[in-house]
Amino acid sequence: MRESLERGQPAVLVKNLTRKFGRGLLAVDNLDLEIKKGEIFALLGPNGAGKTTTIKMLSCLLRPTSGTAEVSGRDIIKNPREVKKIINVSPQETAVSLNLNARENLFLMGKVYGLSDRLAKEQAERFLEAMDLKERAVEAVKKYSGGMLRRLNLAMALVSDPEVLFLDEPTIGLDAKSRKSLWKLIDSYRGKKTILLTTHYLEEADALSDRIGIIDKGKLVALGTSEELKRKLAGLQTMKIRGENFNSELIQILREIYPEIIPFEGGLVIKGEEIIFDEVVDLLRSKGVKIKWLSMEEPSLDEIYLKITGGGKRDEIA
Amino acid sequence: MRLLNLTGRNLKEGFRDPIVVILSVAQPVFYLILFNLIAKSDPTAPVIFDLAYFIPGIILFCFGLLTLFMALLLARDRQRAFLTRLLVSPLRTTDFVLGYLLALIPFALFQVAACLITGFILGLDLHWGILFSLVVFIPLAVSCTALGIVAGSLFSENAAPAIGSLFVVVITFLGGVWMDLGVLGGLFERIAYLLPFAHAVDAGRLLFQGASPGEIGAQLAWVYGYGILFIFLGVVAFRWKTRP
Repeated sequence: MRESLERGQPAVLVKNLTRKFGRGLLAVDNLDLEIKKGEIFALLGPNGAGKTTTIKMLSCLLRPTSGTAEVSGRDIIKNPREVKKIINVSPQETAVSLNLNARENLFLMGKVYGLSDRLAKEQAERFLEAMDLKERAVEAVKKYSGGMLRRLNLAMALVSDPEVLFLDEPTIGLDAKSRKSLWKLIDSYRGKKTILLTTHYLEEADALSDRIGIIDKGKLVALGTSEELKRKLAGLQTMKIRGENFNSELIQILREIYPEIIPFEGGLVIKGEEIIFDEVVDLLRSKGVKIKWLSMEEPSLDEIYLKITGGGKRDEIA
Repeated sequence: MRLLNLTGRNLKEGFRDPIVVILSVAQPVFYLILFNLIAKSDPTAPVIFDLAYFIPGIILFCFGLLTLFMALLLARDRQRAFLTRLLVSPLRTTDFVLGYLLALIPFALFQVAACLITGFILGLDLHWGILFSLVVFIPLAVSCTALGIVAGSLFSENAAPAIGSLFVVVITFLGGVWMDLGVLGGLFERIAYLLPFAHAVDAGRLLFQGASPGEIGAQLAWVYGYGILFIFLGVVAFRWKTRP
């Protein structure tokens, strides 16, 4: 990777970033964020939470009202041209030139980022191949399906080989199959590029990101890995067991390990921060329990999300 | 140069849209043929039907359509976020404005060539004065494209075609394309001559009728002066709408 990423500084560093619109409408409110190089970071939040506004500020399209941010050590306010050289954005809309074909769209993006003709052509071919668009590379993209346009949209952001990539709702409007296919592509850049993606799909943030920031009303209200957020914010893991031969000695041992044991007729429920599946099963068997049925419930990201944001939706500001 | 890649893209967007080609090239050619048929069928038809008189006006009509096309292209690029993608890149405002402006010069030359070839087929006498008229028509095309940048920056994809169409009607009337401005007279004529369109058409007509380049100096000053003003307005409108 490039020089700036070799110095060990964060790829994106945001300090007190704030953006107000009109008479005091606070779209982003004192946002602090640090994204490591090579990390896939998801900014999750309902419509109008400030996700797109944050991306617009970080990509120098919108000036912050206050606060600052650096991308690979370059200040977005003092040095936007330098920032623009090392970033790229895949906007929420399919931002393609409709009367051009995919090859021309990709070549154009390579050239506006200053690649030589040879390199722009090579990159275009590389991404036509990677995005499975080669067979229809010379067809005007206005004839493409939604999934193909989304793949091209992403390819146009990657063709300039950016250090930091901003993906604004990259799979919005796609069917489940196309969405999974695009996830696979994004996932292939894990560790190779720093990616900040915004989404309001919980599943997407869970599946793709190394860390998740939950943003609501312009404020970062939770931050951590998917697992950390689930543990910290959604409560305990739950194991439910049905079977025969449960006894008081077993329940006593389990109570010493886990904070909450709830026996019921023909079974029991164990609650704990981290239930070790094999350990419990071995213990039950060693104490003569005949297990008939067992379930393990993880706290879901949905629970956390709804708990924090109230599941509310607001109109998108920008 | 990066701006030339943007220019190439904008040019392709125009030439590959059959509606744009039909509207901005086939339509003016159709009018030329129609007016010529009227002139031939009626020997008493007014001078406005003469090819040397009518073609410069039709060229202004063509350029009005460039305004419409540019407004639509830019408004569409803005609303469909293609412009957002470009604004994130290291391109500068001048790259954008020139990239859009220069794209339509080849298109304008193509329109002029289509009108002249049709005129030649219909009986127009070709001479050096006609070729020299490019000195008037190229800045006129740039002016109209710059006004398209203003409209495309300020109006939505839905509003831009309506504004562009209105613009075509207004400038062709103010340019004296459909009728002699002297016939309308009064305030209308005075307003028309405060703008560059009538001056450009007059200069074209003089050159087509064999006048020497020295005879169109005053008209050229109007056309070039307004050209600079319209480019300035295009830059201001674009910057205003795309400022961070």
